[in-house]
Amino acid sequence: MSATPPASGSLVYQGTSYDAQVLHAMHDSMLYIRRFEEKAGQLYGLKKIGGFCHLCNGQEAVCVGMQQAAHPDDYLMTSYRDHGHALARGSDPTAVMAELLGRKGGIVKGKGGSMHMFDAARNFAGGNGIVGEQVPIGLGFGFSSWYKEDGRVTLCVMGDGGINQGAVYESFNMAALWKLPIVFVVENNQYAMGTSLARASAETSLYKRGISFKVPGMAIDGMNVLEVEQKMGEAIAHARSGEGPIIVEAITYRYRGHSMSDPATYRTRDEVEEWRKGRDPIAHLQQLLIDAGLGDEDAFKARDREIKKAVNEVAKAAEAQPEPDAAELWTDVLNDPIEYAYPYPGRVG
Amino acid sequence: MARITYREALNQAMCEEMTRDDRVFLMGEEVAEYNGAYKVSQGMLEKFGPKRVIDTPITELGFAGLGVGAAMAGLRPVIEFMTWNFAILALDQIVNAAAKMKYMSGGQYSCPMVFRGAGGAAARVGAQHSQSLENWMANVPGLKVVMPSSPADAKGLLKASIRDNDTVIFIENEINYGDIGEVPEEEYIIPLGKADIKRQGSDVTLIAHSRMTGFALQAAEELATQGIQAEVIDPRTIRPLDEATILASVAKTNRAVVIEEGWRFAGIGAEISARIMEQGFDDLDAPVARVTGKDVPMPYAANLERMALPDVAEIVEAARAVCYRN
Repeated sequence: MSATPPASGSLVYQGTSYDAQVLHAMHDSMLYIRRFEEKAGQLYGLKKIGGFCHLCNGQEAVCVGMQQAAHPDDYLMTSYRDHGHALARGSDPTAVMAELLGRKGGIVKGKGGSMHMFDAARNFAGGNGIVGEQVPIGLGFGFSSWYKEDGRVTLCVMGDGGINQGAVYESFNMAALWKLPIVFVVENNQYAMGTSLARASAETSLYKRGISFKVPGMAIDGMNVLEVEQKMGEAIAHARSGEGPIIVEAITYRYRGHSMSDPATYRTRDEVEEWRKGRDPIAHLQQLLIDAGLGDEDAFKARDREIKKAVNEVAKAAEAQPEPDAAELWTDVLNDPIEYAYPYPGRVG
Repeated sequence: MARITYREALNQAMCEEMTRDDRVFLMGEEVAEYNGAYKVSQGMLEKFGPKRVIDTPITELGFAGLGVGAAMAGLRPVIEFMTWNFAILALDQIVNAAAKMKYMSGGQYSCPMVFRGAGGAAARVGAQHSQSLENWMANVPGLKVVMPSSPADAKGLLKASIRDNDTVIFIENEINYGDIGEVPEEEYIIPLGKADIKRQGSDVTLIAHSRMTGFALQAAEELATQGIQAEVIDPRTIRPLDEATILASVAKTNRAVVIEEGWRFAGIGAEISARIMEQGFDDLDAPVARVTGKDVPMPYAANLERMALPDVAEIVEAARAVCYRN
């Protein structure tokens, strides 16, 4: 989507050399997610998107850094804050936006909405709406790789709220017992809806939550995309080597409320500004590139304009789509429907 | 025909399917080294090894979810709950994940898997270990619910359930595990969604599933001595329900009694009698009667427990009532 080719060259960060083009692609991906989420927020305000809508502004480095480190065959599943992960995984943005708008071309045909993005072709298993529910499911994907010996790793993402669910510890235990190839990624954005970490967790260092199960863990800066890429690379290598699961706690921050209906009065404006101004993941990468002579402010501004335009076009294309066909109401319930046994009165289609 | 127990029939079904398809595995509490809490998986660890017959910690929600994920990733899990009472801990994965996955993902993912284990009232184990939850499961679109009443049905239906491409809730009956019955020697499958007429009759239709099928057959014997010929239908699959077989029988007998071990309120009998009313109203010569478990938690004392469950005499009485013979 680049109009101006990014600078050539490379940058060494913590001992790893990154090609400028790769860094610009990571930058663009984060910025795209940011602008996409802003657009979604706007469309929600216009009541074009309904229901629950959880935005990930501020958390883009976790989505993008993780995918940079992963293999496309690796499995991914997350909670309901899933737009950014779908986009970072490479899902079609028009399909994601159409899903938010409840359109025919939505990524799950308009049947899921904001919380249920799935992209099986990209090994993205949702988009799960019940807090922590995706963790035992991720355990099952990891189990399948152990069973089939297919060399895949499962990236199972949860939040600092989800990690307090009992099923998470059931999953840590079994993953460790059978040495399943799973990276449990905790997006610690400091608040489970309106409850701060300190009010909900006796042990606030969430990477330590695996200790009783002999699951190792590490805390990383989730606002630094290169650190996420490097540490997730190490964690994925650990899981792939057969050493069993590992926990990565990415310390991050969401700029918006828990969902669109949350004004986030449980935290101060100063706190939000401190993260936005001081630790923004996109600004951080831009500065690294500028300092290394691999980018300049004007080019980044131009890039931002291009991305905003691209997102607007995506939104326009998605909005132009019709709603799903009425017959879709009845499809995808079962693989093997036994028709004579389902005489729905007033069946549509 | 071989004469084997209900539990052996289930064991054969799993062994045959695991031999046929290496994506199938069995997981649950005590299924491997202990050979199953009810010995349903006897010898399977030895036959298939620890990768395909897997003991879990006591962690129902966790291993139910493991099954969901494994099914989404292309395996064919058979997840055993020692009893369905413990599956209550796993309901999020069954109801919110397995049942909805295909719809919610726009058809991209689905969960072809079997959740199986003992359901219904056991004997003298009190309220938490004696209950019928099939109506909870049958209420959920996306699930199929199967409840065999005989060894032959148990084997043929479990094989069909393992091969089915959807999530099947397979509820066995603890009291029936030792029942002996004739089972075909050759391989066979009983399709889901097909009721079985267990006894032909012309005067009244008794519809009963799982352990209650046996009770209904006993009641039919008693009724025959009183000059009432009862037809006994076992739906075998609660959902999808083979309504056609039930309606055809009611069209013939003009009278129906629905029997279930579970609670009356919003039970399976409520659904079946509503369907008969909706689609067979003109065939009825009497209101449909229901014989159900009493609406109380299961008591321990032997006399109270007996009273809480349906018995043959109640079925006979209900059948006589709809025949206006009381």
